[in-house]
Amino acid sequence: MTQASPRDGQPIHQNQNDESPFNLQQLRRNLPSWLQRFIPSGGGQHEDHHGKGMFGMTIFLLSESMIFVSFFASYIVLRLTTTDWLPAGVSGPEASPTVIFHSAVLVSSSFVLYFAERSLKRQQLTRFRLLWLLTSAMGIYFLIGEVQEWAGLDFGLTTGMGGGTFYVLTGFHGLHVTTGILLQFIMLGRSFLPNNYENGHFGVSAASLFWHFVDVLWLILFSLLYLW
Amino acid sequence: MTDSALLHPPQSWRQYFSFSTDHKVIGVQYMVTSFTFFLIGGLLAMLIRAELLTPQLNLVSRELYNGLFTMHGTVMIFLWTIPTFVGLGNYLVPLMIGAKDMAFPVLNAIAFWILPVAGTLLLSSFFLPEGSAKSGWWSYPPLSTQLSSTQGLVNGQSLWILAMVMIGISSIMAAVNFVTTIFWMRSPGMTLFRMPIFVWTTLSAQLMQLIFLPSLTGALLLLLFDLDFGTHFFQPAEGGTPVLYQHLFWFYSHPAVYIWALPAWGVFSEVIPAFTRNPLFGYRSVAIATFSFVPITGVVWVHHMFAGATPGWMRTLFMFTTELVAVPTGIKVFAWTATIWKSKIHLDSAFLFAVGGVVMFVLAGITGVMLGALPFDLHVNNTYFIVGHFHYVVFNTIVMAYFAAIYYWFPKITGRMCSEGWGKLHFGLTFLGATLNFFPMFPLGLQGMLRRVSSYDPQYADWNMVSSLGAFLLGVSTLPFLVNVIVSCFEGPIAKDNPWHATGLEWQTSSPPPKENFDSIPTVTEPPYSYGDARYCVQDPTSRY
Repeated sequence: MTQASPRDGQPIHQNQNDESPFNLQQLRRNLPSWLQRFIPSGGGQHEDHHGKGMFGMTIFLLSESMIFVSFFASYIVLRLTTTDWLPAGVSGPEASPTVIFHSAVLVSSSFVLYFAERSLKRQQLTRFRLLWLLTSAMGIYFLIGEVQEWAGLDFGLTTGMGGGTFYVLTGFHGLHVTTGILLQFIMLGRSFLPNNYENGHFGVSAASLFWHFVDVLWLILFSLLYLW
Repeated sequence: MTDSALLHPPQSWRQYFSFSTDHKVIGVQYMVTSFTFFLIGGLLAMLIRAELLTPQLNLVSRELYNGLFTMHGTVMIFLWTIPTFVGLGNYLVPLMIGAKDMAFPVLNAIAFWILPVAGTLLLSSFFLPEGSAKSGWWSYPPLSTQLSSTQGLVNGQSLWILAMVMIGISSIMAAVNFVTTIFWMRSPGMTLFRMPIFVWTTLSAQLMQLIFLPSLTGALLLLLFDLDFGTHFFQPAEGGTPVLYQHLFWFYSHPAVYIWALPAWGVFSEVIPAFTRNPLFGYRSVAIATFSFVPITGVVWVHHMFAGATPGWMRTLFMFTTELVAVPTGIKVFAWTATIWKSKIHLDSAFLFAVGGVVMFVLAGITGVMLGALPFDLHVNNTYFIVGHFHYVVFNTIVMAYFAAIYYWFPKITGRMCSEGWGKLHFGLTFLGATLNFFPMFPLGLQGMLRRVSSYDPQYADWNMVSSLGAFLLGVSTLPFLVNVIVSCFEGPIAKDNPWHATGLEWQTSSPPPKENFDSIPTVTEPPYSYGDARYCVQDPTSRY
């Protein structure tokens, strides 16, 4: 190598940070295996499509949950401060046995989905399709129940603050349930393609992570809207 | 040109008009599209300054004036500053960390193509019978939700909300992509503390998008229901809470300022070491300071509402958290200064823009600390002092950094050199124009001139005249840049792979880089900014290309 030209001079300070005290790889190795799947390894792991995809999906859902956080916060603030929650004589949403049953169906669909995913990992493809379809059916049952509940309520979108927040929150959640069901249908259709799972099953994992996310959100929403 | 560039000839111009998934093509698409919006936003700004040239209302109607400043702010923020640095990051981050492409190339292309659609939708609202949105880029209710009886579902404000939500979706896609890329796609040996500062700033800024942007989307959806579907979440007359909107809005829009500024500071941290031939001073402190913005920025938003219905304890608390921002910012400014200290400075256009940006940024920072102090903030609330501070950040710091970045990475992106003479002319005009345009806003604000007005008391006429002339000069200053960039693209001298003798992986591949960036994935064995190492020395200072 040639000598430095006089114009450049010598550097007056050097970085001495070759050894990082914060070593992500080491940190990752000490974690339980289920958590390791979400922690990036970096450093030449770019061919790990499943790990990369699931990391992206996880941070997307964390971001998406912030919309719900802003809605929940708005709900709480409006409920505590407004002078016009619901007009006198309007009862508001009620945790009737029907609503509780529909919610139970939605939440238990997460467990069905878990067993569907496990069947896929054990390469029981028919069993996977049946359980996967059952999950979608439970989701659709929940959506139909929600529409029926909407139709029977004695308040509308513009009836006080209670009406507005109720329909916006349940509607936004319902939109997510619909998206989850659409994702499940796409994954079901793709399971019939030959060699679909040659590069792992990122699509199925992502769709089921989304579904668990939607179910957990419903638990919070249910507590806020029906139990408070 | 090296062998690898000959092996991978650059593709035709048609790829820039196609649904390409190459991060370099998408990066250029982003930057060219957003620069077009920058020119449109600049024209809107010159219209505003033309109206303010004289105290009387004599050029546009008050209604149109409100529409002009609303669209100027929206275009400059959401269609220029954010996307152009997404584009720059798109081009540079995979090269800097030694990756073949972004983590999700198709998602990347979708995120880009939403942008021109949303931008066209937004600008088309000028042609509606009742005009565009007129309630400022913050769109506070109940002002933003008042419709005249002739306006239907499609009105300027609802198009504005729709465009904002679309841009938000595009930003979230880009953010997921960047964060995953930086965590998963680094080449072997590229540990976190070997990443260039530009990668650190992109990572921090995109994490902020993920955490804070959904709050704006949520607020805008509720606002849309108020506007078009008859709810009254934010309508005080019907039991709603307008302050709730302000909290949700600023919970995103304060961090947004750092989402724009961080990549600009990343550019300073790349350009200044390259032209002073010194390693960046205190690399590790700068990296940590960069990342510390992510938590700090989440707890300062209430300083935008000091003059609103904010309880006293909240004002005091947020005053202290706001002043805390000065600590990591100061670390950065001192690091850049110490890098220049006692070095051999090469006064190329890129360096001039970077140092010009840092000098202006010091003024922006000082006025920021002043505004963070509650008593002073209440005094200058709603005056031009705020406008001056804001434009010292967004134009005099961020746009200067953008130009520094273009002059610095132009040889890498196009394979040709820019003209230095035209670059220096561009710098001189920009620095002068920006100072004339934005400095008078400080004395105007201290004298009490209100912002968002289309006519004003004649006592403010002199400074306004200076400011308006500065704005027109800024408009003129864009011309040498356009001439330089367009002519150099086709006629400029062929650039070497590393014309600035800079460190960093992006300079170790050909100019422009081949399709998958590197002939083989590089292995990193050294810290960044190892200037002074014989490999990066300028052997013949007279010849760069």
